[in-house]
Amino acid sequence: MKKLEEKIFRFLMIGSTVLIFSVLIFILYVILKKGLPSLSWDIISKIPSGGFYLGKEGGILNAIIGSLYLIFFSVIISLMISVPVVMYLNFTLRRKSKLASFARLTFDVLFGIPSIVYGAFGFTVMIYFGLQASLLGGIIAISLLIIPVMIRSIDEVAILIPNELVEATKSLGATNYETIKVITRQLLPGISTAVLLSVGRGIGDAATVLFTAGYTDSIPTSLLQPTASLPLAIFFQLSSPVEEVQNRAYAAALVLTIIILILSFAARFFSRRLSKNKI
Amino acid sequence: MELMTEPMIAEQPKTKVKNSSGCEKPHIEVENLNLYIQGNHILKNINMAIPDKSITCIIGPSGCGKTTLLRTFNRLHDDSVDVKITGKLFVDCEDIYAKDTEVTHIRKKMGLLAQRPCSLPMSIIDNVVYGPRIHGVRGRRKLYAIARHQLNAVGLWEEVKDRLKSPASKLSIGQQQRLCLARGLAVEPEIILGDEATSALDPISSKTIEELFLSIKDKYTIVLVTHTLRQAKRIADYVAFMYMGELIEFGTADQVFNHPKHKLTREYISGGFS
Repeated sequence: MKKLEEKIFRFLMIGSTVLIFSVLIFILYVILKKGLPSLSWDIISKIPSGGFYLGKEGGILNAIIGSLYLIFFSVIISLMISVPVVMYLNFTLRRKSKLASFARLTFDVLFGIPSIVYGAFGFTVMIYFGLQASLLGGIIAISLLIIPVMIRSIDEVAILIPNELVEATKSLGATNYETIKVITRQLLPGISTAVLLSVGRGIGDAATVLFTAGYTDSIPTSLLQPTASLPLAIFFQLSSPVEEVQNRAYAAALVLTIIILILSFAARFFSRRLSKNKI
Repeated sequence: MELMTEPMIAEQPKTKVKNSSGCEKPHIEVENLNLYIQGNHILKNINMAIPDKSITCIIGPSGCGKTTLLRTFNRLHDDSVDVKITGKLFVDCEDIYAKDTEVTHIRKKMGLLAQRPCSLPMSIIDNVVYGPRIHGVRGRRKLYAIARHQLNAVGLWEEVKDRLKSPASKLSIGQQQRLCLARGLAVEPEIILGDEATSALDPISSKTIEELFLSIKDKYTIVLVTHTLRQAKRIADYVAFMYMGELIEFGTADQVFNHPKHKLTREYISGGFS
């Protein structure tokens, strides 16, 4: 009887792993199969020229650069907000205090809000300030989207930091600032995971940027110009009736996937180097 | 329980030694110290002068306030909310709970050894020189010399000299505790506080730490909170017995262990309760 139980659960575990893995493989297969033939140097090095969406010359450089701008600045802004928030939650407040648990609940709720809501919210804020769809608007909306992701994932690590570490540095005569530096060091693996997760969520999200960043064929040169982004490039091309343009959508999807992969490996690599003094 | 019937501090050890800062008092002197956590009276009217350059062990049953008392010495309660402290605590004649006392230089005078060693997330050598570095010591050679000296002092140099750059967390727990001691010594404190510093260690490592304390006690004032009476008997010069937040008896080890004046002390030492 025990043996059978063991076998069933073993089967379930292996089965679900295989399922997840095969879905990933399938996605990659579809993107590669449809996107790879259309992926050319032109696609990633040129901006769309006239008639691009009807199957003529051009590329999606505008969307690649736009997406990179958007995610880069949003991650920086979100980090500048999230890290202090986590520090406050964990080291200024008592860990179990009511305010801290209320804040955590709030972040969980924010985490669960669909991205289109952030897009719509960002849009109203922009109208209030008289902004048009722009890089800045997109950055703000994406920051709103990823801040809860970041806070929660850094918090998961921060909660494990023993109070003794704080006391150890303080008892050596460290000021609050110096203590925070040591804690940040301990937090680095958590921060890099957080960045990874939020890059993944932010760069691939179409709904937030739809209203806030707009779409354009040129590369933005200032924060107040609208910008293209990869998810929207995929969206617009896929909805075209021309088959060649549809295939280019898969090429764009491939580019997006590659960017995420590169950023993931880079983040892993750097966090490992930075935290090599941890275990 | 009625404890206040007998005079609490019948005889305090003689401690009038003039120290480096020209202060007539011993390094640590506690005057009418009371501490409340969330309104609970945790430390009750503590008065003690801890003799310089010797080992003082604070003993007592769990929850009697030993650790709380130790933590008041370097103001580790500062960050906890709901802690109220009244009374005076002099470190080198300076009331550390006075309003305008700046905390970092007080803490610099004391090395704290926690129950579980807590190495900082950096290399072995960086751990040792962390203190000097934040207090402004610069220069590779200087820092290296400090690290070497302090690691030697705790007997760790031979064990780690070939891997100073590797993470401190890779050391064994006993080695980490010695590293923490070296780290504490590197800020050149006058006082060493140990909060059950050997309770998480294996017997051999704790013996090493005990021997270390004995070998450096002519240079430092050492205050240890300990749970094990045997340890106190082995290394203490002075013993303070606490019960329910009160200092019941404080005297030389010989006096407290062999001729305890207070009934509670007698009972505790003979194993009546723990």
